[in-house]
Amino acid sequence: MHLGNYLGILDHSEKQITKAFEQVARHHHDEPDIEQMCQKLSAWSREHRGKLVPYLQRYAEKRSSEPSRLKQQLFAPPRSGGLGLIRDLHDLWLLTQEAQLCWTVIHQAALALRDEDLKATCEFCSSRTTRQTDWLLSRIKQAAPQALIVD
Amino acid sequence: MVRVLVCRPRNRRRSAAQRAATMQETRDSIADIWGPRTGHTGPWPVRIDQHLEAEPDHWVQSACVLCSNGCGLDIGVKDGRIVGVRGRAEDRVNHGRLGPKGLHGWQANHSPARLTKPLIRRNGRLEEASWDEAMGLLVQRSKELISQHTASSIGFYTSGQLFIEDYYTLGVLGKAGLGTPHMDGNTRLCTATAAAALKISFGSDGQPGSYTDLDTTEAVLLVGHNMASQQTVLWARILDRLAGPNPPQLVVIDPRRTYTAEKATVHLAPRAGTNLAVLNGLLNLLIEADHLDHEFIKQHTEGFAELRKTVEKWTPERVERLSGVPAEQLLAAARIIGTCKTLVSTALQGVYQSMQATAAAVQINNIHLIRGLIGTEGNAILQMNGQPTSQNTRECGADGDLPGFRNWNNPAHIEELARLWNVHPDKIPHWAPPTHAMQLWRYCETGAIKLLWIQATNPAVSMPELARIRRILQKEDLLVVVQDAFLTETAQLADIVLPSAIWGEKTGTFTNTDRTVHISYKAVEPPGEARADFDIFLDYARRMDFRDQDGRPLIPWTTPEEAFEAWKLCSKGRPCDYSGMSYAKLTGGSGIQWPCNEQYPDGAAHLYTDHQFNTHADYCETYGYDLVTGTERQAEEYKAHDPQGKAIIKAADYEPPHEEPDADYPLWFTTGRVVYHFHTRTKTGRARALQDAAPEGFVQLSAEDAARYGIEEGDLVEVRSRRGHATEPARIGGIEPGLVFMPFHYGYWDHAEADKRAANELTLTEWDPISKQPHFKYAAVRIRKIAAR
Repeated sequence: MHLGNYLGILDHSEKQITKAFEQVARHHHDEPDIEQMCQKLSAWSREHRGKLVPYLQRYAEKRSSEPSRLKQQLFAPPRSGGLGLIRDLHDLWLLTQEAQLCWTVIHQAALALRDEDLKATCEFCSSRTTRQTDWLLSRIKQAAPQALIVD
Repeated sequence: MVRVLVCRPRNRRRSAAQRAATMQETRDSIADIWGPRTGHTGPWPVRIDQHLEAEPDHWVQSACVLCSNGCGLDIGVKDGRIVGVRGRAEDRVNHGRLGPKGLHGWQANHSPARLTKPLIRRNGRLEEASWDEAMGLLVQRSKELISQHTASSIGFYTSGQLFIEDYYTLGVLGKAGLGTPHMDGNTRLCTATAAAALKISFGSDGQPGSYTDLDTTEAVLLVGHNMASQQTVLWARILDRLAGPNPPQLVVIDPRRTYTAEKATVHLAPRAGTNLAVLNGLLNLLIEADHLDHEFIKQHTEGFAELRKTVEKWTPERVERLSGVPAEQLLAAARIIGTCKTLVSTALQGVYQSMQATAAAVQINNIHLIRGLIGTEGNAILQMNGQPTSQNTRECGADGDLPGFRNWNNPAHIEELARLWNVHPDKIPHWAPPTHAMQLWRYCETGAIKLLWIQATNPAVSMPELARIRRILQKEDLLVVVQDAFLTETAQLADIVLPSAIWGEKTGTFTNTDRTVHISYKAVEPPGEARADFDIFLDYARRMDFRDQDGRPLIPWTTPEEAFEAWKLCSKGRPCDYSGMSYAKLTGGSGIQWPCNEQYPDGAAHLYTDHQFNTHADYCETYGYDLVTGTERQAEEYKAHDPQGKAIIKAADYEPPHEEPDADYPLWFTTGRVVYHFHTRTKTGRARALQDAAPEGFVQLSAEDAARYGIEEGDLVEVRSRRGHATEPARIGGIEPGLVFMPFHYGYWDHAEADKRAANELTLTEWDPISKQPHFKYAAVRIRKIAAR
């Protein structure tokens, strides 16, 4: 059984999202809405990781030795300005997509295992990941024309 | 919450000699703000308030523009000069009454400080120029920028002070002429949350009730709204009910003991930033006690289950721990709100300019929805406006909304506008929501907007974090155009200044908070070469040669009345339907409420009388928002669960403010207004009686804090935040310990800028995720005594 592996991938993914939102909040603190919202959305992913802890333990012994994902090489060096902001939000969007897919995969496993707790956790966290993605997309759409044409 | 203090005027009682000199003044509105009581049942009795300096040779119909109430008045004219005003007895809004600002504000028209010639900055100084030079320069720079950077390099920051005809012309020239998404008003600072909350709950902007509901209602809930100071004539309407045989019960939520709070049956004074917790606590008590209209909830709303789940943890004890509101007071308030058969609720800046602005304003709508108190006599929600014409900024598309409450996310709505204006749909920016003011200023700061045209507003005093705003206005790569009647703090930093006519010197229409439309006729000529805003916009459109797709002029109208006719066409079939109105119909009698059309030829006192709301997917102004992140929902998602006329109950949980007191900045800070001034005193500071009544700002603090810091009444106190500092005399009492208040009116046109005194030196550059309204109502500060009185 590989559920443990996938929970590990997801945990890593949420960890990256937590860090990445914090980084973007810091790098773009001149954009007040970005700073505040990224801090909030970072806290969501941190909370998701907390919710994963019992399942990482529950399914730990079933973990296989498959290597973890390649380390993401995003957000370095810090970017600034309108275009930099879009590049950063773009990378964040990609990261949330990975987490979303992990939640879907694990949700499927939870259904088959009849693990009601894990199922509920997946549903809660997956819907919040969607809200992270939606916010990123709408902010990207708002900023893109100005950054690409005038900035 | 609104922290609005009534000033203690220096010379409260004017001498008999002074009164005799103005025999034509029917009452001393400076000393007695609301005038004598006329307790009553039934229609509100008439009382004609008047202030004249001389006997007029004729009267000209108008309405007051010094708050959002829209009191009908006549302008007295003698020898081509305004000599006073008189309330219109037949007007549904005021029944003849006027407040202190209305009775005195017209004197500013005569100020010797009026701008009479255009100015252009040359070699660092503003110098007089001709209109041809000023407009020629503006048009030349516009064309250069468009060719180099597209029209997205041009932004507009307009007002809540212009007329429908001005806004609609501006909206068309910006959206279909230039095609820039960057147009918003200072309405972003005052009523953006009102619009957002109405859209979220009911599908579109538009106040469901009327001022007349105050004549019969059993209870009034005022949240963050010091009506006694802000809409003095509307407050007189409540005072007259309180003096009558069946007074309504009043629940006031405000951290300061304002004149409004003094009249409350129950006054809740929560800590800064805790509105949502208090409102969720009230909702929880209503649900627990089953003060619900189950049938209404089932038939006409969606989202109740989520609301119940969200608010159930907000027990009175929990609310008390967080907000400081005693549990028994919350219970008393809930008893009134839960058992009254009719309810009028109002909200203003204490909600709109504080943490979780939209989420909190929506909970006020929810109180009415779960009790089924909407669309009938005595029931109203007044998500108040701050300015006289901000309703029209929202309606006409001169802010971050599309004309006629259209949905920028709905391609059919964009096509309607494109057909109306005969332009290609893609000419109209609709790739993202129109740029909100806070983002617009940010684009100016980063250089992404290179021309900013400001009209009838004074951001150098009214925006948050003034040091930043001054820095942006002085940027070398930003051409700042200011259209105003006075050389305001903002105009002093402009590159081009266009002198404008003001109220009484131009004709147009505007709409108050309860949807009442008034006409205001030109009574006198503007001074010098000052021009009507409408004519300035038309001149720009002509010089820019904006054309439709058949090569005809994009803006064919040349008079305000023609512009109004064009606006009627644009509004037809939308919630704000003006198609049944005309200049003739608005002349001679009372103002008229929209919608006014075949179905409602005399206007409608209530929207949603059949409990069908504007939430149909093809009709609504928005597909809704995530109340936490502010993300707009998408069409597909909305259509999949089309509410089809049901109101939407949206729940939200409490979030702490983004800045809270700490060791370095141990006190809460909040800002607000005084009764005698409007905004940055551009006009009221130049009306003698108003200026004399409140000549300077102040720092209000509690007796406990005053003792702790060794401060006596009148001592000079410096207030400092992470962003700046301001110094004013102390005023002690009427406020909770730990909170410091300053009115935001006082800037630098009559005071040395080196000696900082503006409240907005201190405020935060942050805003609500949905309405994008800035957070003026909380910040962390420290204080110290600078000098004894």
